[in-house]
Amino acid sequence: MIAKPVSTFAQRALAAAAALAILAVAVAGCAKPAQPRTFTVTIAQMAYGPTPPSMRVGDSIKWVNADILQHTATAKDGSFDVDLPPKATATTRIAHAGTVDFYCRYHPGMTGRLSVAG
Amino acid sequence: MILRHMSAAAAALALLALPAAAMAQAAKPNDAQIAHIAYTAGQLDIAAGKQALAKSHNKAVRDFAQEMVRDHTAVNDQALALVKKLGVTPQANPTSTALSGAAAAKLKAYAKLSGAAFDKAYVDNEVAYHKTVNGALESTLIPSAQNGELKALLQTGLKLFTEHQHHAEMLAAGLK
Repeated sequence: MIAKPVSTFAQRALAAAAALAILAVAVAGCAKPAQPRTFTVTIAQMAYGPTPPSMRVGDSIKWVNADILQHTATAKDGSFDVDLPPKATATTRIAHAGTVDFYCRYHPGMTGRLSVAG
Repeated sequence: MILRHMSAAAAALALLALPAAAMAQAAKPNDAQIAHIAYTAGQLDIAAGKQALAKSHNKAVRDFAQEMVRDHTAVNDQALALVKKLGVTPQANPTSTALSGAAAAKLKAYAKLSGAAFDKAYVDNEVAYHKTVNGALESTLIPSAQNGELKALLQTGLKLFTEHQHHAEMLAAGLK
């Protein structure tokens, strides 16, 4: 009498787990091509490190200020403006395709460029 | 004919340059003196920046002064940590003494100014000051530095102060 509900419960749990597993595979399969990536750009000794050559809309830049000075990463088109105290990091999601020139508001001679594919 | 003149002129220049180079060699500062000059130069610009923050009401000038205080403080903190690590005691010398004397005179003179006259005097002096310090870094301090870490910090300093000089020049052009 007691065994039957337990076995029913176990069967239900198993079925649910199997359904979840199928769902998980399906989600992973769908999401893979659009998976956004995060690239790191390191600032050191008054200069931005290299920017990624193959960015896509939705990817992010993780700015790492390894310098002893405060800097910013400021887009000339106004699409981002990140203040970076020494040793700070910040992440910017890139929402638009195209070429974006950026500079440091405190040291405008520091410049860089992002090229973003659609 | 022209070529001959030119080579004669070049030879004369070389002769002139030689004793100057030899003198520079003899007057080459050591690392303890270099550290003192660089640190002093930074402190003097911090003092000038603080005076500007106390006196100026111009936003662009205040932003610039704030940048000077922040950047030079960061470099000098690093310089202090480095000399401590290397066990070097910065050594006063005629160059750092002359810098301090000149800066004290400017602070005193600018204390009497206000408004646009102060802003202009401060920014023009920042252009001249950074030019002088950058010239010294490039021609004497960086080539003379023996310790690699000190040399690297001075090189970062030169990049930074060159930026400051450009910023000051842009600001000065806007104030005229």
